[in-house]
Amino acid sequence: MNYYKIITGLSFIFSLGFLPAQDNKATHDFELELGTEYRYFTKTGQFSGQKEHFPSVSIQPEYSVDWKDGEESINATAFFRLDVDDSRTHWDIRELYYQKTKNNWELNVGLKKVYWGVIESNHLVDVINQTDAVESFDGEQKLGQPMVQFVLTTNSIGTFNFFYLPYHRKRTFPGERGRFRFPIVIDQDDLAYESSAEEWHQDFAFRWSHYFGAFDVGLSHFYGTGREPLFMFDNTGNINAFYPIINQTGLDLQVTHNAFLWKLESIYRDADAQDFFALAAGLEFTFSNIDGNGLDIGLLGEYLYDERDELALNALQNDLFFGSRIAFNDTQDTSILLGGITDLESSSKIFSIEASRRFGSNWTAEVETRIFSDIDNNEFILSNFRDDSFFRLSIFRYF
Amino acid sequence: MKKIIVLTLATLSTVLLHAQSAEARGLEIAKAAEQADLGFGSSIVELKMVLKNKNGQTSERSLMTKTLELTEDGDKSLIVFNSPKDVKGTSTLTFTHKIGSDDQWLFLPSIKRVKRISSNNKSGPFVGSEFAYEDLSSQEVEKYTYKFLEEKGDLLIVEQDPVDPKSGYTRRVITYNKNKGYRIEKAEFYDRKNALLKTLTYSDYKLYKNKFWRAGTFHMVNHQSNKETLLHFNNYNFDANLTEDDFTQVALQRAGK
Repeated sequence: MNYYKIITGLSFIFSLGFLPAQDNKATHDFELELGTEYRYFTKTGQFSGQKEHFPSVSIQPEYSVDWKDGEESINATAFFRLDVDDSRTHWDIRELYYQKTKNNWELNVGLKKVYWGVIESNHLVDVINQTDAVESFDGEQKLGQPMVQFVLTTNSIGTFNFFYLPYHRKRTFPGERGRFRFPIVIDQDDLAYESSAEEWHQDFAFRWSHYFGAFDVGLSHFYGTGREPLFMFDNTGNINAFYPIINQTGLDLQVTHNAFLWKLESIYRDADAQDFFALAAGLEFTFSNIDGNGLDIGLLGEYLYDERDELALNALQNDLFFGSRIAFNDTQDTSILLGGITDLESSSKIFSIEASRRFGSNWTAEVETRIFSDIDNNEFILSNFRDDSFFRLSIFRYF
Repeated sequence: MKKIIVLTLATLSTVLLHAQSAEARGLEIAKAAEQADLGFGSSIVELKMVLKNKNGQTSERSLMTKTLELTEDGDKSLIVFNSPKDVKGTSTLTFTHKIGSDDQWLFLPSIKRVKRISSNNKSGPFVGSEFAYEDLSSQEVEKYTYKFLEEKGDLLIVEQDPVDPKSGYTRRVITYNKNKGYRIEKAEFYDRKNALLKTLTYSDYKLYKNKFWRAGTFHMVNHQSNKETLLHFNNYNFDANLTEDDFTQVALQRAGK
């Protein structure tokens, strides 16, 4: 497996040149997160073999060491999940990178996570890391991406990010027992590459970001193998899926004015097989400290457009998202996020509730529920998930 | 008739003059306090926050604060959470402005996201404590109007009215110690109904670099909810020579990684 080669290579580089010299005072930090969760799907699966009950456990150790007053460091986070669905049982090196910083520049070499964007219900411009698609439905969990990242910050003309991305990581799809799958179980190895270099196609990305008063703006460009596979359906219903070479230009913008956040994300993606434009625009307004005890209620509204129409993998082609974030600001950090996505062209709707709370100082609990309602049978992607409404309870222990 | 008018005018002007001088003296004291603390450059301090509810049950947080002194505009600050463990690495970057609202960014370490947040919520509690965001933000002279109240030995008592209508207070009553570099000994906070809401007492003062007084303990008592919050500061480091480069969104991500 090529992934192993990278890690072996990286550890070789680390041990060779970057290990802290003896005369520098090094600071070590180790953290461990253990998780247990239960997902229950309220309906029998549409496809044979799909289960209803998914007990699962996860472990996430984190280690970091820095020296020269934090100017240099090595940061590592690993993740492992054991699940009823064989494809959801997976491990990953979320991060394993060397960092050096001096004045206004920063260099990172290794596996790392990078987040771009401002919109809550969809993540269009965020193109560096592959989505850990079996881990969560919202697409916010990411796989570690091998990279060389150079960051230059200036006071007057903003921040410049340069990325060299030598290796592509494939997306994992649910197995036979899993939910959120198609009639045919997709093995990640079934997906081919447009490039003959396959996963070793050398990718590059650039981002410029800056802020002017109330405005935060980012402009980015990515060239290389797309993180999102392209699905083509032939007349007999067979899926032909592959990772295309893309050029993607992205814009993200947020205007922060009093209690209002105005947000915009937009991309244009260009590949031989498909060109498209997508946009998400929205606002967030927070009524803060309503009761004088810290209760904050935020209201969110976002419009999502994708030119791919029903071939958009996340099915957000012409949809409206509305939501509310309720934060109690109590000692246990209790918070609730309510949301709903409604398709403007069909009856399809998805509702969600996520809540979390701390218990004692080392435990947290999360509940999540997603309800797929009136999913239109003509939806190419979403119709496969129409019986996948679920409830999840997770408990985490931190060491 | 003329006499009465003259008399009234004379009384009025005395009253006005007196009122103006109370305001002028209040402002003068606030400026003297600012002047006394001028030139610290930058500081780093680790602190422990102890939250007590009305039944005496406690919970703790530990955090680190970096501050950069700026004179032409307000200070810059970076706060990083170390515990509770589930929020470890959560960090905020704040650019205080003397006039207008502050700029603030939040870093969420689990998804590596930097989010610009509204600084509108001044009166809300900071991480469930009895400190409001505005109690912990950089204290710029321009953010209040002043009225000198009284002098008790070395102690000067000044009323401060927040300029920002979004403040949770009608006024604060601050006790300065003029013999100790105008350090603050006590602050009383009056809510929007002008009822006494909280008292903050500063203790365990230590003099750094022969000029800068820093309290080792902040004790905030909420008289209405009977909850308390203690802040214990470890040694201040005034020798880190932090620069603007330590207060950028890139530095924010680095601090919380």
